[in-house]
Amino acid sequence: MRAYIPSRGGVWVQALAVRDITKSFGPVRALRGVTLTVARGEALAIFGPNGAGKTTLLKIASTLMRPSSGQVLLFGADPSQAPHLRRLIGMVSHHSYLYPGLTGLENLLFTARLYGCSDAEARAEAMLAAVGLAGRGGDLVRTYSRGMTQRLSIARALVHDPQILLLDEPYTGLDRSSAAAFTELLMAMRGSRTIVLTTHSIEQGVALSDRVAILVDGVVAYEAGNGAGDVRTIERVYAECVGVPA
Amino acid sequence: MSALAVVRQLLWKDLLLELRTREILTAMTVFAMLVAVVFNFAFSPSPQDALRLLPGMLWVTLAFASTLGLSRSFVLERDQQCLEALRLFPFDPGLIYAGKLLSNLLALLAVEILLLPALAVIAGVPLLGHIGALAAVLLLGSVGLVAVGTLFSAMSVNTRIREVLLPVLLFPLAAPVLISGVRSTLGILAGRPWADVLPGVRLLVAFDVIFVVVGYLIFEYVVEE
Repeated sequence: MRAYIPSRGGVWVQALAVRDITKSFGPVRALRGVTLTVARGEALAIFGPNGAGKTTLLKIASTLMRPSSGQVLLFGADPSQAPHLRRLIGMVSHHSYLYPGLTGLENLLFTARLYGCSDAEARAEAMLAAVGLAGRGGDLVRTYSRGMTQRLSIARALVHDPQILLLDEPYTGLDRSSAAAFTELLMAMRGSRTIVLTTHSIEQGVALSDRVAILVDGVVAYEAGNGAGDVRTIERVYAECVGVPA
Repeated sequence: MSALAVVRQLLWKDLLLELRTREILTAMTVFAMLVAVVFNFAFSPSPQDALRLLPGMLWVTLAFASTLGLSRSFVLERDQQCLEALRLFPFDPGLIYAGKLLSNLLALLAVEILLLPALAVIAGVPLLGHIGALAAVLLLGSVGLVAVGTLFSAMSVNTRIREVLLPVLLFPLAAPVLISGVRSTLGILAGRPWADVLPGVRLLVAFDVIFVVVGYLIFEYVVEE
Protein backbone atom coordinates (compact mmCIF):
# COMPACT_ATOMS: atom_id res chain seq x y z
CA MET A 1 0.00 0.00 0.00
CA ARG A 2 1.53 3.30 -0.99
CA ALA A 3 -0.23 6.58 -1.47
CA TYR A 4 1.51 9.92 -1.59
CA ILE A 5 -0.85 12.85 -1.27
CA PRO A 6 0.82 16.27 -0.99
CA SER A 7 -0.88 18.28 1.73
CA ARG A 8 0.02 21.62 0.18
CA GLY A 9 -0.11 22.81 -3.37
CA GLY A 10 2.73 24.19 -5.45
CA VAL A 11 6.34 23.09 -5.78
CA TRP A 12 8.17 22.41 -2.54
CA VAL A 13 11.85 22.86 -1.98
CA GLN A 14 13.16 19.57 -0.71
CA ALA A 15 14.84 20.08 2.66
CA LEU A 16 15.63 16.41 3.08
CA ALA A 17 15.60 13.65 0.50
CA VAL A 18 16.61 10.04 1.01
CA ARG A 19 16.67 8.08 -2.22
CA ASP A 20 16.57 4.31 -2.48
CA ILE A 21 18.46 3.89 0.78
CA THR A 22 19.54 0.42 1.84
CA LYS A 23 21.46 -0.46 4.97
CA SER A 24 22.71 -3.87 6.00
CA PHE A 25 24.35 -4.95 9.24
CA GLY A 26 25.98 -8.19 8.22
CA PRO A 27 23.16 -10.47 7.09
CA VAL A 28 20.47 -8.19 8.56
CA ARG A 29 18.91 -5.76 6.09
CA ALA A 30 17.68 -2.85 8.23
CA LEU A 31 16.55 -0.68 5.31
CA ARG A 32 15.53 -1.96 1.90
CA GLY A 33 15.18 0.78 -0.65
CA VAL A 34 13.65 3.61 1.35
CA THR A 35 12.80 6.76 -0.56
CA LEU A 36 11.32 9.73 1.28
CA THR A 37 11.37 13.46 0.67
CA VAL A 38 10.47 16.18 3.13
CA ALA A 39 9.87 19.70 1.91
CA ARG A 40 11.13 22.83 3.63
CA GLY A 41 8.80 23.61 6.50
CA GLU A 42 7.05 20.28 6.28
CA ALA A 43 6.61 17.87 9.19
CA LEU A 44 6.78 14.13 8.57
CA ALA A 45 5.87 11.56 11.21
CA ILE A 46 7.29 8.07 10.77
CA PHE A 47 5.56 5.21 12.53
CA GLY A 48 6.71 1.65 12.76
CA PRO A 49 7.17 -1.23 15.16
CA ASN A 50 10.46 -1.84 16.98
CA GLY A 51 13.16 -2.92 14.54
CA ALA A 52 11.41 -1.39 11.54
CA GLY A 53 14.46 0.74 10.74
CA LYS A 54 13.27 4.15 12.00
CA THR A 55 16.39 4.93 14.04
CA THR A 56 18.69 3.67 11.28
CA LEU A 57 16.89 5.90 8.79
CA LEU A 58 17.28 8.97 11.02
CA LYS A 59 20.95 8.19 11.64
CA ILE A 60 21.54 7.99 7.89
CA ALA A 61 19.57 11.19 7.30
CA SER A 62 21.65 12.94 9.97
CA THR A 63 24.92 11.74 8.33
CA LEU A 64 25.86 9.70 11.42
CA MET A 65 25.72 6.49 9.41
CA ARG A 66 26.64 5.77 5.81
CA PRO A 67 24.00 3.88 3.83
CA SER A 68 24.98 0.65 2.09
CA SER A 69 23.53 2.21 -1.04
CA GLY A 70 21.38 5.17 -1.97
CA GLN A 71 21.69 8.89 -1.49
CA VAL A 72 20.90 11.52 1.15
CA LEU A 73 20.44 15.14 0.16
CA LEU A 74 20.03 18.16 2.43
CA PHE A 75 18.57 21.08 0.51
CA GLY A 76 19.74 19.40 -2.68
CA ALA A 77 23.36 18.89 -1.58
CA ASP A 78 25.19 15.77 -0.48
CA PRO A 79 26.16 16.32 3.19
CA SER A 80 29.00 13.78 2.96
CA GLN A 81 30.67 16.18 0.52
CA ALA A 82 29.68 19.31 2.45
CA PRO A 83 30.07 18.77 6.21
CA HIS A 84 28.96 22.35 6.97
CA LEU A 85 25.43 21.22 6.07
CA ARG A 86 25.35 19.34 9.38
CA ARG A 87 24.75 22.71 11.02
CA LEU A 88 21.25 22.57 9.55
CA ILE A 89 20.40 19.48 11.59
CA GLY A 90 19.18 19.24 15.17
CA MET A 91 18.77 15.75 16.49
CA VAL A 92 17.08 14.15 19.47
CA SER A 93 18.22 10.57 19.82
CA HIS A 94 17.51 7.67 22.15
CA HIS A 95 20.59 8.88 24.03
CA SER A 96 20.69 12.29 25.65
CA TYR A 97 24.00 13.40 24.04
CA LEU A 98 24.65 15.21 27.34
CA TYR A 99 27.65 15.08 29.67
CA PRO A 100 26.42 14.14 33.15
CA GLY A 101 29.47 15.86 34.69
CA LEU A 102 28.58 19.24 33.18
CA THR A 103 25.70 21.48 34.26
CA GLY A 104 22.68 21.93 32.03
CA LEU A 105 23.87 25.39 31.03
CA GLU A 106 27.43 24.20 30.34
CA ASN A 107 26.10 21.43 28.10
CA LEU A 108 24.08 23.92 26.07
CA LEU A 109 26.92 26.44 25.94
CA PHE A 110 29.32 23.75 24.73
CA THR A 111 26.86 22.76 21.98
CA ALA A 112 26.01 26.32 20.95
CA ARG A 113 29.68 27.32 20.75
CA LEU A 114 30.62 24.28 18.66
CA TYR A 115 27.81 25.14 16.27
CA GLY A 116 29.35 28.58 16.02
CA CYS A 117 26.44 30.52 17.55
CA SER A 118 27.57 34.10 18.04
CA ASP A 119 25.13 34.60 20.92
CA ALA A 120 25.79 31.24 22.61
CA GLU A 121 25.05 32.43 26.16
CA ALA A 122 21.75 34.06 25.20
CA ARG A 123 20.67 31.03 23.13
CA ALA A 124 21.56 28.61 25.93
CA GLU A 125 19.65 30.63 28.53
CA ALA A 126 16.67 31.00 26.20
CA MET A 127 16.52 27.27 25.47
CA LEU A 128 16.77 26.40 29.16
CA ALA A 129 13.79 28.66 29.78
CA ALA A 130 11.91 27.21 26.80
CA VAL A 131 12.08 23.68 28.23
CA GLY A 132 11.33 24.83 31.79
CA LEU A 133 14.80 24.30 33.22
CA ALA A 134 15.83 27.90 33.82
CA GLY A 135 16.03 27.30 37.56
CA ARG A 136 18.17 24.16 37.21
CA GLY A 137 20.67 25.31 34.61
CA GLY A 138 23.45 25.48 37.17
CA ASP A 139 22.97 21.88 38.38
CA LEU A 140 24.95 18.94 37.09
CA VAL A 141 23.02 16.86 34.56
CA ARG A 142 23.68 13.73 36.63
CA THR A 143 21.29 15.16 39.24
CA TYR A 144 18.45 15.52 36.70
CA SER A 145 15.48 13.17 36.50
CA ARG A 146 14.83 11.17 33.30
CA GLY A 147 12.25 13.71 32.13
CA MET A 148 14.47 16.69 32.86
CA THR A 149 17.34 15.06 30.97
CA GLN A 150 15.04 14.50 27.99
CA ARG A 151 13.92 18.14 28.10
CA LEU A 152 17.55 19.29 28.16
CA SER A 153 18.31 16.92 25.31
CA ILE A 154 15.55 18.62 23.30
CA ALA A 155 16.99 22.04 24.21
CA ARG A 156 20.39 20.80 23.06
CA ALA A 157 18.96 19.83 19.67
CA LEU A 158 17.35 23.25 19.22
CA VAL A 159 20.03 25.53 20.66
CA HIS A 160 21.61 26.36 17.29
CA ASP A 161 18.24 27.02 15.67
CA PRO A 162 18.49 24.21 13.08
CA GLN A 163 16.47 24.14 9.87
CA ILE A 164 15.85 20.40 10.06
CA LEU A 165 14.79 18.61 13.23
CA LEU A 166 15.27 14.86 13.40
CA LEU A 167 13.43 13.59 16.45
CA ASP A 168 13.74 9.93 17.37
CA GLU A 169 10.94 9.17 19.81
CA PRO A 170 11.36 12.51 21.58
CA TYR A 171 8.44 11.95 23.95
CA THR A 172 10.20 9.10 25.73
CA GLY A 173 10.48 9.89 29.43
CA LEU A 174 8.40 13.07 29.32
CA ASP A 175 5.49 13.47 31.72
CA ARG A 176 2.19 14.91 30.51
CA SER A 177 2.98 18.56 31.15
CA SER A 178 6.48 18.28 29.64
CA ALA A 179 5.05 16.46 26.61
CA ALA A 180 2.43 19.18 26.20
CA ALA A 181 5.10 21.90 26.46
CA PHE A 182 7.25 20.11 23.89
CA THR A 183 4.28 19.73 21.54
CA GLU A 184 3.64 23.45 21.92
CA LEU A 185 7.29 24.15 21.10
CA LEU A 186 7.10 21.98 17.97
CA MET A 187 3.78 23.49 16.91
CA ALA A 188 5.36 26.94 17.13
CA MET A 189 8.11 25.76 14.78
CA ARG A 190 5.79 24.10 12.28
CA GLY A 191 6.00 25.70 8.89
CA SER A 192 9.30 27.42 9.61
CA ARG A 193 11.32 24.28 10.37
CA THR A 194 11.43 20.90 8.67
CA ILE A 195 10.58 18.19 11.15
CA VAL A 196 11.00 14.42 10.87
CA LEU A 197 9.63 12.64 13.88
CA THR A 198 9.50 8.97 14.79
CA THR A 199 7.04 7.96 17.44
CA HIS A 200 4.92 5.04 18.60
CA SER A 201 2.06 7.42 19.37
CA ILE A 202 0.00 7.77 16.20
CA GLU A 203 -2.14 10.44 17.85
CA GLN A 204 0.88 12.65 18.67
CA GLY A 205 2.48 11.99 15.29
CA VAL A 206 -0.64 12.87 13.31
CA ALA A 207 -1.26 16.01 15.38
CA LEU A 208 2.27 17.27 14.73
CA SER A 209 2.77 16.36 11.09
CA ASP A 210 1.73 17.29 7.58
CA ARG A 211 2.49 13.83 6.32
CA VAL A 212 2.86 10.36 7.77
CA ALA A 213 4.83 7.31 6.70
CA ILE A 214 4.76 3.78 8.05
CA LEU A 215 7.99 1.84 8.01
CA VAL A 216 7.83 -1.94 8.29
CA ASP A 217 10.82 -4.27 7.97
CA GLY A 218 12.95 -1.57 6.36
CA VAL A 219 10.38 -0.65 3.71
CA VAL A 220 8.02 2.31 3.49
CA ALA A 221 4.73 0.44 3.59
CA TYR A 222 2.53 3.53 3.53
CA GLU A 223 2.94 7.23 2.95
CA ALA A 224 0.21 9.85 2.93
CA GLY A 225 -0.67 13.42 3.75
CA ASN A 226 -2.67 13.87 6.91
CA GLY A 227 -5.57 14.83 4.72
CA ALA A 228 -5.73 11.15 3.81
CA GLY A 229 -7.28 10.28 7.12
CA ASP A 230 -7.78 10.92 10.80
CA VAL A 231 -6.04 9.17 13.66
CA ARG A 232 -8.39 6.17 13.50
CA THR A 233 -7.75 5.70 9.79
CA ILE A 234 -3.99 5.86 10.25
CA GLU A 235 -4.27 3.43 13.18
CA ARG A 236 -6.22 1.03 11.00
CA VAL A 237 -3.70 1.34 8.15
CA TYR A 238 -0.86 0.86 10.62
CA ALA A 239 -2.46 -2.28 11.96
CA GLU A 240 -2.84 -3.61 8.40
CA CYS A 241 0.78 -2.81 7.54
CA VAL A 242 2.21 -4.29 10.72
CA GLY A 243 -0.15 -7.22 10.66
CA VAL A 244 -1.77 -6.80 14.05
CA PRO A 245 -5.45 -6.19 14.90
CA ALA A 246 -6.41 -2.47 15.06
CA MET B 1 34.22 28.53 13.61
CA SER B 2 37.98 28.10 13.31
CA ALA B 3 39.68 24.75 13.94
CA LEU B 4 41.55 26.27 16.85
CA ALA B 5 38.34 27.48 18.48
CA VAL B 6 36.78 24.01 18.08
CA VAL B 7 39.77 22.30 19.68
CA ARG B 8 39.76 24.87 22.49
CA GLN B 9 36.09 24.11 23.22
CA LEU B 10 36.69 20.35 23.20
CA LEU B 11 39.68 20.80 25.51
CA TRP B 12 37.69 23.10 27.84
CA LYS B 13 35.01 20.42 28.17
CA ASP B 14 37.52 17.63 28.94
CA LEU B 15 39.45 19.73 31.45
CA LEU B 16 36.27 20.85 33.20
CA LEU B 17 35.05 17.25 33.50
CA GLU B 18 38.47 16.13 34.79
CA LEU B 19 38.71 19.01 37.28
CA ARG B 20 35.31 18.00 38.69
CA THR B 21 36.02 14.27 38.98
CA ARG B 22 39.85 14.03 38.98
CA GLU B 23 39.27 10.40 37.93
CA ILE B 24 41.97 10.16 35.29
CA LEU B 25 44.70 12.26 36.89
CA THR B 26 44.36 10.65 40.32
CA ALA B 27 44.47 7.13 38.90
CA MET B 28 47.45 7.87 36.65
CA THR B 29 49.46 9.67 39.35
CA VAL B 30 48.88 7.11 42.10
CA PHE B 31 49.68 4.27 39.70
CA ALA B 32 52.85 5.98 38.42
CA MET B 33 54.11 6.64 41.95
CA LEU B 34 53.41 3.06 43.02
CA VAL B 35 55.25 1.62 40.02
CA ALA B 36 58.22 3.92 40.70
CA VAL B 37 58.39 2.77 44.33
CA VAL B 38 58.03 -0.90 43.35
CA PHE B 39 60.85 -0.53 40.79
CA ASN B 40 63.07 0.99 43.44
CA PHE B 41 62.41 -1.85 45.88
CA ALA B 42 62.79 -4.46 43.16
CA PHE B 43 66.16 -3.20 41.91
CA SER B 44 67.52 -1.34 44.99
CA PRO B 45 69.98 0.35 42.62
CA SER B 46 73.39 1.65 43.63
CA PRO B 47 74.12 5.28 42.52
CA GLN B 48 75.90 3.95 39.39
CA ASP B 49 73.08 1.52 38.54
CA ALA B 50 70.43 4.15 39.23
CA LEU B 51 71.65 6.30 36.35
CA ARG B 52 71.44 3.30 34.02
CA LEU B 53 68.05 2.08 35.29
CA LEU B 54 66.21 5.37 35.72
CA PRO B 55 65.41 5.97 32.00
CA GLY B 56 63.82 2.52 31.70
CA MET B 57 61.92 2.94 34.98
CA LEU B 58 60.66 6.34 33.84
CA TRP B 59 59.43 5.30 30.40
CA VAL B 60 57.89 1.98 31.47
CA THR B 61 56.05 3.78 34.28
CA LEU B 62 54.78 6.42 31.84
CA ALA B 63 53.69 3.80 29.32
CA PHE B 64 51.64 1.91 31.92
CA ALA B 65 50.21 5.07 33.47
CA SER B 66 49.22 6.46 30.07
CA THR B 67 47.07 3.41 29.30
CA LEU B 68 44.99 4.15 32.41
CA GLY B 69 44.20 7.66 31.23
CA LEU B 70 43.79 6.73 27.60
CA SER B 71 41.35 3.91 28.31
CA ARG B 72 39.16 6.32 30.32
CA SER B 73 39.28 9.25 27.92
CA PHE B 74 36.66 7.98 25.46
CA VAL B 75 34.52 6.32 28.13
CA LEU B 76 33.30 9.83 28.98
CA GLU B 77 32.07 10.14 25.40
CA ARG B 78 30.51 6.68 25.24
CA ASP B 79 28.04 6.79 28.13
CA GLN B 80 25.42 9.00 26.49
CA GLN B 81 26.74 8.48 22.95
CA CYS B 82 28.37 11.90 23.16
CA LEU B 83 30.92 10.82 20.56
CA GLU B 84 28.00 10.40 18.15
CA ALA B 85 26.85 13.89 19.11
CA LEU B 86 30.32 15.29 18.43
CA ARG B 87 30.18 13.76 14.94
CA LEU B 88 27.02 15.77 14.24
CA PHE B 89 28.87 19.06 14.55
CA PRO B 90 29.77 20.78 11.29
CA PHE B 91 33.54 20.42 11.57
CA ASP B 92 36.15 17.90 10.54
CA PRO B 93 35.96 14.87 12.89
CA GLY B 94 39.76 14.96 12.96
CA LEU B 95 39.39 17.93 15.32
CA ILE B 96 37.75 15.62 17.88
CA TYR B 97 40.95 13.59 17.72
CA ALA B 98 43.05 16.73 18.13
CA GLY B 99 41.05 17.80 21.20
CA LYS B 100 41.32 14.38 22.81
CA LEU B 101 45.02 14.15 21.99
CA LEU B 102 45.64 17.46 23.74
CA SER B 103 43.64 16.58 26.85
CA ASN B 104 45.40 13.19 27.10
CA LEU B 105 48.75 14.89 26.59
CA LEU B 106 48.07 17.42 29.35
CA ALA B 107 47.14 14.61 31.74
CA LEU B 108 50.34 12.70 30.93
CA LEU B 109 52.50 15.83 31.26
CA ALA B 110 50.93 16.56 34.65
CA VAL B 111 51.86 13.05 35.80
CA GLU B 112 55.41 13.55 34.50
CA ILE B 113 55.77 16.80 36.46
CA LEU B 114 54.97 14.90 39.64
CA LEU B 115 56.79 11.69 38.75
CA LEU B 116 60.12 13.13 37.65
CA PRO B 117 61.14 14.71 40.99
CA ALA B 118 59.80 11.68 42.86
CA LEU B 119 61.94 9.35 40.73
CA ALA B 120 64.98 11.62 41.15
CA VAL B 121 64.60 11.40 44.93
CA ILE B 122 63.85 7.65 44.98
CA ALA B 123 66.72 6.75 42.64
CA GLY B 124 69.02 9.45 43.97
CA VAL B 125 69.82 10.80 40.49
CA PRO B 126 70.20 14.60 40.12
CA LEU B 127 68.02 15.74 37.19
CA LEU B 128 68.04 19.52 37.57
CA GLY B 129 71.16 20.01 35.46
CA HIS B 130 69.53 18.27 32.46
CA ILE B 131 65.97 19.48 32.93
CA GLY B 132 65.65 21.37 29.62
CA ALA B 133 66.78 18.51 27.39
CA LEU B 134 64.90 15.97 29.50
CA ALA B 135 61.68 17.98 29.24
CA ALA B 136 62.04 18.16 25.45
CA VAL B 137 62.51 14.38 25.14
CA LEU B 138 59.62 13.69 27.52
CA LEU B 139 57.36 16.03 25.55
CA LEU B 140 58.23 14.38 22.23
CA GLY B 141 57.80 10.89 23.65
CA SER B 142 54.51 11.81 25.33
CA VAL B 143 53.10 13.20 22.08
CA GLY B 144 53.96 9.91 20.37
CA LEU B 145 52.39 7.81 23.11
CA VAL B 146 49.12 9.74 23.21
CA ALA B 147 48.93 10.13 19.40
CA VAL B 148 48.79 6.34 19.00
CA GLY B 149 46.97 5.78 22.28
CA THR B 150 44.15 8.23 21.53
CA LEU B 151 43.49 6.50 18.23
CA PHE B 152 43.42 3.01 19.75
CA SER B 153 41.36 4.25 22.68
CA ALA B 154 38.69 5.44 20.22
CA MET B 155 38.86 2.09 18.43
CA SER B 156 38.53 0.01 21.55
CA VAL B 157 36.01 2.07 23.52
CA ASN B 158 32.98 0.16 22.25
CA THR B 159 34.51 -3.26 22.86
CA ARG B 160 33.92 -5.18 26.07
CA ILE B 161 37.62 -5.83 26.54
CA ARG B 162 38.86 -2.28 26.01
CA GLU B 163 41.13 -2.31 29.11
CA VAL B 164 42.90 -5.37 27.70
CA LEU B 165 42.74 -4.38 24.06
CA LEU B 166 44.27 -0.92 24.44
CA PRO B 167 47.69 -1.97 25.84
CA VAL B 168 47.81 -4.97 23.49
CA LEU B 169 47.38 -2.63 20.52
CA LEU B 170 49.35 0.29 21.94
CA PHE B 171 52.60 -1.19 23.21
CA PRO B 172 53.83 -2.89 20.03
CA LEU B 173 53.21 0.22 17.96
CA ALA B 174 54.58 2.56 20.60
CA ALA B 175 57.77 0.49 20.99
CA PRO B 176 59.85 2.94 18.87
CA VAL B 177 58.78 5.76 21.20
CA LEU B 178 59.76 3.82 24.31
CA ILE B 179 63.08 2.65 22.88
CA SER B 180 64.02 6.12 21.58
CA GLY B 181 62.80 7.73 24.79
CA VAL B 182 64.91 5.43 26.97
CA ARG B 183 68.03 5.85 24.80
CA SER B 184 67.70 9.64 24.57
CA THR B 185 67.04 9.99 28.31
CA LEU B 186 70.04 7.79 29.11
CA GLY B 187 72.23 9.83 26.79
CA ILE B 188 71.11 13.10 28.39
CA LEU B 189 71.57 11.88 31.98
CA ALA B 190 74.99 10.39 31.17
CA GLY B 191 76.06 13.73 29.73
CA ARG B 192 76.82 12.30 26.29
CA PRO B 193 77.31 14.70 23.35
CA TRP B 194 74.20 15.81 21.41
CA ALA B 195 75.35 13.86 18.36
CA ASP B 196 74.68 10.66 20.34
CA VAL B 197 71.25 11.79 21.54
CA LEU B 198 70.02 13.31 18.29
CA PRO B 199 69.16 10.10 16.37
CA GLY B 200 66.69 9.11 19.10
CA VAL B 201 65.19 12.60 19.16
CA ARG B 202 64.83 12.57 15.36
CA LEU B 203 62.98 9.26 15.54
CA LEU B 204 60.63 10.69 18.17
CA VAL B 205 59.90 13.73 15.99
CA ALA B 206 59.27 11.55 12.93
CA PHE B 207 57.00 9.21 14.92
CA ASP B 208 55.03 12.16 16.33
CA VAL B 209 54.50 13.78 12.94
CA ILE B 210 53.45 10.52 11.27
CA PHE B 211 51.00 9.40 13.95
CA VAL B 212 49.46 12.80 14.66
CA VAL B 213 48.78 13.26 10.92
CA VAL B 214 47.56 9.66 10.43
CA GLY B 215 45.37 9.90 13.54
CA TYR B 216 43.84 13.16 12.37
CA LEU B 217 43.12 11.80 8.90
CA ILE B 218 41.67 8.41 9.80
CA PHE B 219 39.78 9.33 12.98
CA GLU B 220 36.56 9.86 11.01
CA TYR B 221 36.63 6.23 9.84
CA VAL B 222 37.68 4.91 13.25
CA VAL B 223 34.58 6.32 14.97
CA GLU B 224 32.13 5.69 12.16
CA GLU B 225 29.32 3.23 12.85
